[in-house]
Amino acid sequence: MSDAQFDPAEAPVTFHLDAQPCPTCGEPVPVGANFCEGCGAQLGSVTAEDAQAAPKIESEASMPVSRPTHLITDGAAQAGRRPCAECGGSVGDDLYCEQCGTKAPSERDHFRETPAGWVAGVCDRGARRRRNEDAMALLASESQGERCVLIVLDGVSSSTDSDVASLAGARAARDALRKAVGAGLGTPESREAAMHKAITDAAAGAQAAIVAHTEQGSANPASATFTCLVLQAETDGLVAWHGNLGDSRSYWLPDSGEPVQLTRDDSAAEALIDAGATPEQAYGSPQAHAITRWLGRDAEDVTPHLGRLPITEDGWLLACSDGLWNYAPTAAVLAEQVHAAAGAAGSVEDVALALVEFATQAGGHDNITVAVARVGALPVRETGEPSDVTVTATDPSPDSKE
Amino acid sequence: MADFSASVYQNENLPDGGTDVNAIVTITCVGAGIAGQTGAGDAGEIIIIDTSGSMGDVRMQQAKSAAQAALAEIVDGTYFAVVSGNGAAFLAYPHVRSGPGMVRMSAQTRQEASRAIAQLTSGGGTAIGTWLDLAGQLFFSVPQVIQRHAILLTDGENNESPEVLNAAIGRATGVYQVDARGVGTDWKVDEVRRIATNLLGTVDIIPEPALMGDEFRSIMRSAMARGVADAELRVWSPQGAQILFVRQVSPTVEDLTSRRRKINDLTGGYPTGAWADESRDYHVQVRLAAKALGQEQLAARVQLVINEQVYAQGLVKAKWSADHSLTAPIDEQVAHYTGQTELAAAIQEGLAAKALGDDATATAKLGRAVQLAEQTGNDEATAKLRKVVDVDDAETGTVRLKKAVDKADEMALDTASTKTTRIQKEG
Repeated sequence: MSDAQFDPAEAPVTFHLDAQPCPTCGEPVPVGANFCEGCGAQLGSVTAEDAQAAPKIESEASMPVSRPTHLITDGAAQAGRRPCAECGGSVGDDLYCEQCGTKAPSERDHFRETPAGWVAGVCDRGARRRRNEDAMALLASESQGERCVLIVLDGVSSSTDSDVASLAGARAARDALRKAVGAGLGTPESREAAMHKAITDAAAGAQAAIVAHTEQGSANPASATFTCLVLQAETDGLVAWHGNLGDSRSYWLPDSGEPVQLTRDDSAAEALIDAGATPEQAYGSPQAHAITRWLGRDAEDVTPHLGRLPITEDGWLLACSDGLWNYAPTAAVLAEQVHAAAGAAGSVEDVALALVEFATQAGGHDNITVAVARVGALPVRETGEPSDVTVTATDPSPDSKE
Repeated sequence: MADFSASVYQNENLPDGGTDVNAIVTITCVGAGIAGQTGAGDAGEIIIIDTSGSMGDVRMQQAKSAAQAALAEIVDGTYFAVVSGNGAAFLAYPHVRSGPGMVRMSAQTRQEASRAIAQLTSGGGTAIGTWLDLAGQLFFSVPQVIQRHAILLTDGENNESPEVLNAAIGRATGVYQVDARGVGTDWKVDEVRRIATNLLGTVDIIPEPALMGDEFRSIMRSAMARGVADAELRVWSPQGAQILFVRQVSPTVEDLTSRRRKINDLTGGYPTGAWADESRDYHVQVRLAAKALGQEQLAARVQLVINEQVYAQGLVKAKWSADHSLTAPIDEQVAHYTGQTELAAAIQEGLAAKALGDDATATAKLGRAVQLAEQTGNDEATAKLRKVVDVDDAETGTVRLKKAVDKADEMALDTASTKTTRIQKEG
């Protein structure tokens, strides 16, 4: 993490500097800056290098998704700042509550996306880290169960500018998946090949964006994990396609059936298990959380592991960073949390928020990103006492990860 | 239009359970322009000259020359008037009996005013309250004048009761600013300081009548350089917090706490008057409810506001930490100005005790003042203190009251007691 990180609230404020407000978070940024150092948003004109690196994006009009996804910029501009988490007061331009003075998280430290009522995500700095290096980008069709894309990246905190790079990577991957993938010849094989290519291309797009946002000659080039979930209605029903690099995960958590972890981590722990260790031994080892594959300039192989699962019942698709699953290490434990959250929630976003709160309460050592998509109607909200989210996991001190 | 900036100097780290946050907020103005010439509105100047009997011929002559010198500094186009005061107040210039009581400065009006001043003679008592009231009426007679400033010269003790003078000061407060000067040693520092402090101006002694001309020129020159007519310091503090004090600490110490004007439940406004190209430092102390270790919150927003528009903002923060090495240090600026504020109080209290014949208290207070002046590097205070006390050891504050003290030196020490020095700022 960079100690030189610019905190706009810390600088003396003059109103006549050669600065312009960041379109994302409103903080003053020097004229000519490429990024807002407050929230990490990209600013200004795209350089030739960026243009080359960025994947070609279909125009909005040609997109199969019936409503354009909210970019953070759009969301922030439309909704204004969220009220203070402590007292509900309004938050000033200086990012402090105008009522109680509590510091509000910057748009980079805490953001949400709700592209449609059935898909939502929360990306949060957590309780301990100074920066939010997780990133998330979502897409969803207006009509439920037609198509959605959940992308989660976890920037590695020992590298420089991972927060900027991971967000750029997540958005690039999302943009690569804006256009629905053609059915090819219509056979299951051609469909699978097309989806694998699409997700692999999305990872390549994320890789290009991360490299483009890495300073040349940086000794600690930005790097990030990558997990991608695509749910779409196909001729023979709903299918979840997934791809990953590193230790961010995707899950299928049906309302009644067996919860499934869709992805397998590229981590030292999993390598130990492959070598014959028990999961207990593997996850007890000091290097358990070290990742073996990632995106970034120093990555050797950026082809994601790929997989497919037909979805035949109601439930939750979930993509998350280890900031969540560290506190719910098995699919069963995580499913319990999701079902408890869903029982008390009024919306899909409430479920994502409740899971972030669960991880925060459990320790919040790492950045926390939770993206969920609901298949089927929302479970009926439990009346009376909202069920407390129970903290069942012990704190595994994920700080040892990097 | 002028540009303002704000910088905050503080140690934002509080120990576990800590509640009090101290910060020095420096507000700097550049590009202020000339009074009345920035398009924001007209400026008005009133020269108030004491013409009581005690002035005598020589001092009166010097005062008249000084007033004429001040006229020369008033920029053409500025509204002005001249008031002569003794037991009552008289409009010496312009020669009107009704309607607007001020005229615009021009070569002609300057000459006319100069002639009117030349004809003033001394006689009668001193009723400063009436002078202030007439100045207020004159300003009100020309509504387009939005920046109002007066020079007040007196040489003697006021004949009115303190209540009468205080009431007049109250009527002038917020209406116009006054720089007050006492000539000779027969006037009361407390009395004149009360006028200047409440009316956002300066106070000083002019020990020699011959120095009046230079002093008036310099006051008027400073007044004309204040292109920002009126600005307000606003301090926001969070719900449940308490503003313990708001003080201007540079260039002089002025406690603003009681001058708070409620803006809303969380924000108070404090008048700062007109601004030239200058920097002023403010010391703000806020008491918060302690939060958990690791928590951070805003303790105060300190803003400079002109016509409801924020021109600069400084943020005072609080962060609770268990790290003693972070929470223990007192910010250098805060420590410096805390010492300077105590210095001003020690001088005033020491001189008051001395006047009452309480030599023990006077020696202790002035000793402490010598020590503080030494510690905070206030050489001017040190020099003035040395004219009133013999210093045995500045470091420990061991002093003896001088047997014979020039009254003017004592008054100069008193009037200058609130003047502070700055320390070299980092960055």
